[in-house]
Amino acid sequence: MKRLTTILALLLAVVVQGASAQTLKAVKDRGMLNCGGNGTLAGFGLPDAQGKWTGLDVDFCKAIAAAVFNDAEKVKFVPLSAKDRFTALQSGEVDVLARNTTWTSSRDTSLGLNFIGVNYYDGQGFMVRKSLKVNSALELNGAAVCVQQGTTTELNLADFFGAHKMQLKTVTFATANEAVKAYDAGRCDAYTTDASALYAERLRVADPNDHVILPEIISKEPLGPAVRHGDDQWFDIVRWTFFAMLNAEELNISQKTLDEALKSSNPEIKRFVGTEGNFGEQLGLTKDWAVRIVKLVGNYGESFERNVGMGSPLKIERGLNKLWTKGGIQYAPPIR
Amino acid sequence: MSTDLPALSRPAPVVFYNDPKVRSIAYQIALFAAVAFLAYGAASNAIENLARARIASGFGFWNNVAGFDISQTLIEYSSRGSTYGRAFWVGLLNTLLVAGLGIVFATILGFIVGISRLSSNWLLSKVAGCYVEIIRNLPLLLQLLFWYNAVLKTLPDIRESIAIGGGAFLNNRGLFLPMPIFKSGFGAVEIALIVGIIGAIAFRFWARRRQEKTGRQAPVLLVALALVIGLPLAVFVLVGLPLGFEFPQAGRFNITGGTEVLPEFVALLFGLSIYTAAFIAEVVRAGILAVSRGQSEAAYSLGLRPGPTLRLIVVPQAMRVIIPPLTSQYLNLTKNSTLAVAIGYPDLVQVFTGTVLNQTGQAVEVVAITMLVYLVISLTTSLLMNIYNSRMALTER
Repeated sequence: MKRLTTILALLLAVVVQGASAQTLKAVKDRGMLNCGGNGTLAGFGLPDAQGKWTGLDVDFCKAIAAAVFNDAEKVKFVPLSAKDRFTALQSGEVDVLARNTTWTSSRDTSLGLNFIGVNYYDGQGFMVRKSLKVNSALELNGAAVCVQQGTTTELNLADFFGAHKMQLKTVTFATANEAVKAYDAGRCDAYTTDASALYAERLRVADPNDHVILPEIISKEPLGPAVRHGDDQWFDIVRWTFFAMLNAEELNISQKTLDEALKSSNPEIKRFVGTEGNFGEQLGLTKDWAVRIVKLVGNYGESFERNVGMGSPLKIERGLNKLWTKGGIQYAPPIR
Repeated sequence: MSTDLPALSRPAPVVFYNDPKVRSIAYQIALFAAVAFLAYGAASNAIENLARARIASGFGFWNNVAGFDISQTLIEYSSRGSTYGRAFWVGLLNTLLVAGLGIVFATILGFIVGISRLSSNWLLSKVAGCYVEIIRNLPLLLQLLFWYNAVLKTLPDIRESIAIGGGAFLNNRGLFLPMPIFKSGFGAVEIALIVGIIGAIAFRFWARRRQEKTGRQAPVLLVALALVIGLPLAVFVLVGLPLGFEFPQAGRFNITGGTEVLPEFVALLFGLSIYTAAFIAEVVRAGILAVSRGQSEAAYSLGLRPGPTLRLIVVPQAMRVIIPPLTSQYLNLTKNSTLAVAIGYPDLVQVFTGTVLNQTGQAVEVVAITMLVYLVISLTTSLLMNIYNSRMALTER
């Protein structure tokens, strides 16, 4: 019943507020960015013991706040379950949804969302107990699999087992916490979700060394932040905040090298830091919008290493998420 | 004089807006108009906002392929072939199954505990008292999580299943039972069962009429058992045992074949029944205490023993007090079954307001349908209980 009332409250918000076309103004008036985050996923969005949120998606919301307010802490994080996240964005409860969300056509169209880009290229994998002696996802015929509700994972799972003519017993839970707990208790043979999250969840089971992540990646999961339909200016701001983080890494502008960049004579860097042109003002922000992002949050590479890369407990390889100049597929249009 | 009298008794003429009748009608029209306007405003506003944000609306999604799996399906359902509409029915049936069984178990347990609490046996009444006080003072969600984890943690892993005998297995994936397969000729057994039930009812009717007339009792229970169980069994043997079983087989991961009872279902059923039974026990106790002591004393003085006194004198009178609050407990149980989301049981809210809402994004339609369904279930329960109540009510002669 509690969930029903939440949804009802959100519905009322749809009725009362609707899709505001003036998100930037609303955010400025409020003095705070409302960011829909995960809340239970290490590396992407997780509050620590002091209630301070960290993660790749968290950094992204902080970057928007940095660009708008010149203060990365002016963000209110709203923890959302996979199942309730879209309703929260549609109804205006949050201004941006940065919650490891897979970009799909139906979400982009009929759910009324606009994805601004892909801040993590991921794919779906499986975690099993070592004692099962399973080496491939194709050996999982007849297995019981725990999965989180309201995810592309839930659909891919059915597709994958169907396509390989394997029997499947799905056990669906409302949150990742419950699904992992049930898997750990032996309710399922396997737990499935995005590979990045599998590494994070493995740290939470009773003995991480008893579990192994299978090599197969069964789907494309381009994870990206999203805003709601109907406000192009806000969409541009959120999208270019992300591109600024990528461009900063490509131009070798980091928190350490920012001072040099401000004095640089390279025209590309001058446009980035705002000493040439008025690209920030075109967005409805200030000239130094991109400098604020790098100064207060850092570039994409810094954020990646700190949250999910080698500088974090997850130690995930950058792989596809390397810049295009370094063999990955992360690529941002130029600022000019 | 005679012409003056009616003029005196008639009240002074009032202006129409001071007429209480006109006023009350006007107020009601105004209130109705305000509510209707608010509803219209909310609906049209929602439609406009949905259209502006280009969020899909309407009920077209009903026939789209669902694409996700459901762990317990009472009707044919597959992720690749079935629609969202089908998923709705699967969820609804799961809700009705757990609510229906929950009501039966909670009622039986509640009556036993409620009557035990009034027992003159000290230990029995204290145990019943503790049960009621502990169970009804703990949040239901907590109890569900307790039962779910109690079920999961205490049962062995699937590879160390407990064989219960008769081809059944028990482990932390559930209870696996042999599935009966009905062969041709089983129809005769079904017919025999129906005939047996009708016969038993008819016999009871006849026995009661005879007792009212002559005072002689008939062995109703014995005859009824013979008719309902004995007759179909005899037919079953006569037509040559037309029944086979599909036994559960241990596969590499799971047990396949047979039929299975999910731990999520068991935990939810346990939690709901035990929780609601505590409330029903109190309702029953209140009902019995409402029957004046003189009634049972009169029965004892007529020579009735405590059992028949309870069954024939106290409970029928207590029912009049019990039924109305019992109805609200039934409604509570049905609505509480939505807590299934916490332990992964695929009820209507979990499947439809959960996954379907998320996949289609059509919150307004999905929530409206769900609310309508619970309203229909609750009103139907209420209606049936009201009919039962009016039949049990005191008929004044």
